[in-house]
Formats: sequence, structure tokens, C-alpha cells
Amino acid sequence: MSTRREVWITGVGLLSCLGEGLEANWTQLMADNPPVAHDEKMYAPFVVHPLAPVNFDKQIPKKGDQRQMELWQRIGVYAAGLALANADVAGKVDILDRMDMVIAAGGGERDIAVDSAILSGIRSASNPGAFLNERLQSDLRPTLFLAQLPNLLAGNIGIVHGVVGSSRTFMGEEAAGVDALRVTFERVAAGQSDISLVGSSFHGTRWDLLLVTELGKNLLKAPFAPVWDRGEKGGLALASMGASLVVESREYAEARGAKPIARIVGVQSDRNRRKAGDIEATIEREWATIEPKVKRESAVIISGASGLEPPTSAEKKALGKIGLPVRATGSHIGHGFDTQFLANIAIACETLRQGKLFPASGSGDIGECPAQISQVAVTSVGNWRGEGMALIEKIG
Amino acid sequence: MAGKQFKDKAGRPVVAITGMGIMTSLGSGKQDNWKKLTAGESGIRRISRFSTEGLRTTIAGTVDVSYEPDMAPSVMTEKIAKIVGEEAIAEAGIGSKGIFPGPLFLAMAPIELEWPHRFDLASATGSNDNVTYADLIRVATQSRFSPYFEMAKYGSVGEHLADYFGSQGSPISLTTACASGATAIQLGVEAIRRGECEAALAIGADTSVTPESVVRFSLLSALSTQNDPPEQASKPFSKNRDGFVLAEGSAALVLENLEHAQARGAKILGIVQGSGEKSDNFHRTRSSPNGKPIIGCMQNAFADAGITPEDVDYINAHGTSTPENDKMENTALAAVFGARASKIPISSNKSMIGHTLTAAGAVEAVITVMTIQNQRIPPTINHKVPDPGISLDVVPNVARDAKIRTAISNSFGFGGQNACLVLAGEPI
Repeated sequence: MSTRREVWITGVGLLSCLGEGLEANWTQLMADNPPVAHDEKMYAPFVVHPLAPVNFDKQIPKKGDQRQMELWQRIGVYAAGLALANADVAGKVDILDRMDMVIAAGGGERDIAVDSAILSGIRSASNPGAFLNERLQSDLRPTLFLAQLPNLLAGNIGIVHGVVGSSRTFMGEEAAGVDALRVTFERVAAGQSDISLVGSSFHGTRWDLLLVTELGKNLLKAPFAPVWDRGEKGGLALASMGASLVVESREYAEARGAKPIARIVGVQSDRNRRKAGDIEATIEREWATIEPKVKRESAVIISGASGLEPPTSAEKKALGKIGLPVRATGSHIGHGFDTQFLANIAIACETLRQGKLFPASGSGDIGECPAQISQVAVTSVGNWRGEGMALIEKIG
Repeated sequence: MAGKQFKDKAGRPVVAITGMGIMTSLGSGKQDNWKKLTAGESGIRRISRFSTEGLRTTIAGTVDVSYEPDMAPSVMTEKIAKIVGEEAIAEAGIGSKGIFPGPLFLAMAPIELEWPHRFDLASATGSNDNVTYADLIRVATQSRFSPYFEMAKYGSVGEHLADYFGSQGSPISLTTACASGATAIQLGVEAIRRGECEAALAIGADTSVTPESVVRFSLLSALSTQNDPPEQASKPFSKNRDGFVLAEGSAALVLENLEHAQARGAKILGIVQGSGEKSDNFHRTRSSPNGKPIIGCMQNAFADAGITPEDVDYINAHGTSTPENDKMENTALAAVFGARASKIPISSNKSMIGHTLTAAGAVEAVITVMTIQNQRIPPTINHKVPDPGISLDVVPNVARDAKIRTAISNSFGFGGQNACLVLAGEPI
């Protein structure tokens, strides 16, 4: 494209195990004696990061709307509301009516009680097929389907907050979050979109997700350790979190008098077959693309390392070569798959605003906070597939 | 092709379609499907792969030829996506073996663990009474269950297809419910227009015919319950329509910068002239009574394509056969096309192949391009009792020859996601 536009982040919303809102998360990340935000008892022996208490009424005023959603959707709708308010577009119908939306989402909660009852009852059923049909038909709540569909997070954001320009939902764990931001960035830069909401939500502290994760032998068992130091096989500490960003062109933001939080310099996403050395090679290639724009003396890296091995060690090796200060958020907020990357962009925004880096935790958190921070590179190495990287920077 | 119009009115690269593949309950491949679509055949049949005892709906448009016992939907989705992708890439003659020179956009249904897997896990627990998720997790790490891990992973189908086709970069798996297939095409078109790539592979594949899916859609009162005879259940725009028929299917399109396609001597099958979206936030499953979002969606598509409603010669309807959708589509078309609404031929492929859900946008885009190529419109079958409230020319029951330069394909989804594609034989 000959005339690429400057792309700004003008709104950020975040909630995680550390709290509701970006400031609460930041305060906890910076604390000298960080509170324990993981739980080893709830799903013992597995470690999880349950969501901090949230008053959903603040962003989803109608109880009827809340009832139509499972928790994962409420988290996502809430985070979207925070970002829209932060960008000062909440309730502005003329803007929301043309606002695009890209969501990264997996599916929602199953009804654990119904599933268990079917699994328990079917072995004594004389006709298993008929039994399954009958139980599903009489026990599944009609609205549960809508609470499970990935695209209904976007649907609910439309209903509750009025974002109705367009909506697209990407599925595919960490890579979906990276691609949601990449496609939005490229569309805005190319003039295909003026203003867009990029959001994601993940509710990981639930039985059905623990099951599918453990099918890959991937859950972290107590005791807790930082993502870099979880032993030979590593492990994922599933988390609940929601993150949203308002992304728009500089022209559009200035015309409506919006203040920028950060400029997006670039977003990379790629994949490989995960043979030995593949992850390092992809990170190196992505870094080579953004490196010419990096101001080394004031740049830091926020890593989305999941804690699973070998991807986490591969990332540690690749980031070690780059040599900038590194901090992984997963040791604090846990792993939120689709949502991790956008949550990390949110934390990167606050890192730029505060000019500080949160304290190191574990062997991969390297380097000291520089005197000034003008740029943050955010990485995403998927627990199974997908490598991504973004560079955002301070404006002015 | 007349003239070398490589840029559209907005100065963007024109996006051509140079390869297509399709698989539906009618058959595999373009030829087979086209023959049956224009003959007005139905692919709807009784569900045979699981017990339908006690279900209100017992029919579907299944793709039985690709099904194997207890096959997980994610595995079957991958299988039929590969088949249509191969057909499209072979026709386009693009890239080299195992290397597709562009990104993959995959429209598909959400993935999860299925009942056969849960039953396997449950039986391994050794529990004689109450089986809990904690029990399932206890046995989950047994090596015989390891294939279930990828089967239940959202990104797995896209990743496997990226390996198989050798597409470039991160594959994007997406859902906008029943508009997903159109969204996949739209993402590909946008990437080519941005100059990110010369070609893109857009695939829609859906294999949602499982007991739980049938029940879930039933509980929303979305499905036809007129099970006898199966082939007459899907009757879009008819007075006695009572719901859609769940169906499986897949389609692939090779999208390519027209200049790039012509430079390598590729045959141009059609042009994606433009696309539009508009979300509806009236209700989680119902569309706005005033039809505004659907109207806006079509108008956005016209604006993007640089055409006016007068340029539209044929409408490939969303036409699900639910009482509400078809009424709304009629209302919206009347608002968009005015007096011309009752004169433009419109037909619903779903009358024959059922509703292929997340694949529908891609499946019906391929059929629309074939309609333009052949200058012949597949009918809306089962149109025996016209709805007096619907004043459209639905090409009832019998295929019809027509002069079609430009057509639109509508896709409207649960959750308010609407998309409209403008397709043409040549650049406009």
C-alpha cells in the first residue's frame, strides 16, 4: 500500500486474576510482595488462576443479558466495555454503528452436571442412543448453545455495547489473538477500517477445559513456579481473563479528539511445524522484520510464554539472543490462550504509560528496566502452534 | 476478457476467482453438484449415522460418502476441506505440489470433545456409578486418548490444512455463524487488495450433524420437523416452511489478483467485485424487525463493489426456510430494490442441499459463480405453496436460463453477523 495510515490504540480493557481494570492489574504486577493470584486447591493437583471478583453490573447493566451469557462471555463483554469507555466511545451511537470488531475466542462452558449425568446413566440404559437423545433434549438449556458459540461473544458485545459495524470471530488459541490484532492493524493501516474493537476472553478455570488440556498432558501440577521454570515438560496454569483494545487510524482519532495510548508499529504472525529449532527460527525471522524500527536503549519485551515445554525454553533462548529486558506475564496472570496476547498488549500499553517494567520472576525474566521505555515488543508462542510478535510505541 | 481492468473503481486490485471446489449432500465436485442442482434434486435424507429415536428432527443433508463410524466432526471437517481445496487448487493450477502461494482462511464450526470420546473416557474410569469430570481427567493422560487432544483443539483443522496445502503464514480459522464462508472470502479479498498477497485460499467446511447439534438447533426451534419425506422439508419462501434442514458441506475458492492470474494465463472463473457486512444487535437469534442491518449489509456491499441495485441480475438467497429469515429477507430486498425486487430472480440453494451453516457462504458463492458461468439459475425446489406475504421471483422448482452479469450472495448469521458478496463474470 502506498499510503499507509498511522494506527493508534486509544482504549484498553483488562480483567484477570489480578483484578478488574488495567490500573488494578498494574498495581498488583508492581507490588513488592505480590499477592498469590493462583490457586492450588480449587482443581487440585492442578494450578489455576481464577478471575478476581468482578461486579458485572458495571458493564452489563441488564440482568437479563447476564443470564443469557456464560461466564466467558460476561468476561469478554465486560472487558470490551472497559475499552470502549477508555476510548471515550461508549454510548456514542454514530461511532459504534460503524465500528468494526474482531474477536478471538474459543467455545464456552459445557453444562458439567448434564454431561456427568449422561455419562453416569448411559451404561445402564437399554438403548444408549435413545437415552442420549432424550437426556440432551430434556436437560440442555436452550440458551446454553448461544452461551457456548464463539461468535456469540461478538453478538453479546453488539447487544450490550452497540458495536455493530461488522464482526468477525477468529478461533485457534494464541494465534487467533495475534491474528485478530494483525488483521485489524493491517485493515486500519490500509484504510479498510477506521475504528475497530479487538477483543478476547478466556475462562479457563472450568472442568471441561481442564479435561481437553490434560488430554495433551499439559496442565501444571502444584507447586506453582514461574513459566520459565516448570521443569522438563512444563505446564499450563489455566486462567480466566478478558482483554479488549480500541484501535483506530490517527486521522479518525484526531478528528474525534481522542487521545492515543500507543502507536502500533507492526504485528507479525506465522507458524511452523514445531520441529526442533522451528520456534527459534520463526521468532528470529519476526524479530528481523521489526528490528529496524526498534530503539534498543528504550525497548523492552513482554513475553506470552505459556509455561509449556519445549516452546517456553525455545522462546527463552530466542529472546536471550535479542538481549532486551524480558518479562513474562504468565507467571502472574496465568495462561489465557486466545486472550493472552491481547492481555499482554494491554499490559504493554501501561508499561509505556508508566515507563516502568514489573519485577522479574523466574529465569527467563532478564535485564533491568531501562531509564526510559518508549517501545514494547510483545511475543506470543502458542502452547501448540503459532508464533506472533507485535511492536507498540509511545506517542510523543 | 475485455480490456485489462486490473484495478477497480476505487483503485484497488481486482480480485478474481481462479479455482473452485465443492462438496455437498448432492455429491462431490462441481460437475456432479451442478448437474443435480439444475435438475432440482434434493440431497436431504434420513440421518443414518446415529440413532434419531426421540428426536424431533430426523433428517439432514449429510455427506455420507466421507463419513466413517464415530468420526469426530473436526476430523471430517478436515477431510472434506482437503477434498474441495484440492479441487480448487487443481483447477487454478497455482503454486506447486504442497505449496500454495498465499494465506488460508477457513470458515468452520467450533470444535469440542464429542460424546463418543466422552464415553470412551468414562468407560476407562472404572467408575460404576457417578462419573465426574474429575474422573475423566484422571484417565485423560492414558496414551490411547492422546489423539483426542488435537481433535478438540480449535486451531487444529486450520493447522493441518496449512501443512497439507502449504499455505503461507498463520492460517485463520473463523466463525461468523452462518455468514462464515462469506467472511472467509472477504478476508481473502481484503488481503489481496492490501497487496499482502497475490492469492488466498478461502475454504468453508461444516460437518455438524451430531445428536447434540441436532438437539441444540431443535431447542432453538430452528429446524424443520417435517421429516416425511425428507427431500421436501426444505422449502424456502413457501407458506408452509417450518425451519431449516441441517446439512454438511464444504467449498473452496482460490482468490487471486486478476493481474497476477492473467499474467500466468489462468482461466478466470469469476470476480469478487465487493462485499459488505453489517451486524444486527436486536436479539441473539432473531433479526431486527425493520430489516435495517440486512439492508445496510447489502448497501455496504454495493458501495464496496461500486455498483447500484440496478446492476444486480440475480440474488443467491440466504433463504434458510425458517419462517422468520425468509420473511426478513423479503422485506429487506423490497427496501433495497424497490419495485424491481419482485423481478430479479432469486433462488435458495438450501432448498436442495440444506443449510451448510459455517460453510454456506462459501458453498453458495461457488454455486453463484457457476450460475453466472452457465447463465442458468438453479431453482428453489419444494415451492408448492407460495407465501402470499413474499413477492419474490424465487425461480420455483425448475432451473431457468438467464442473462446474469452480476449477482449477490447473502449470508445472515445467528448472533447478528451478516455478509453479502457481489460476484461477477467479468470486472465491472
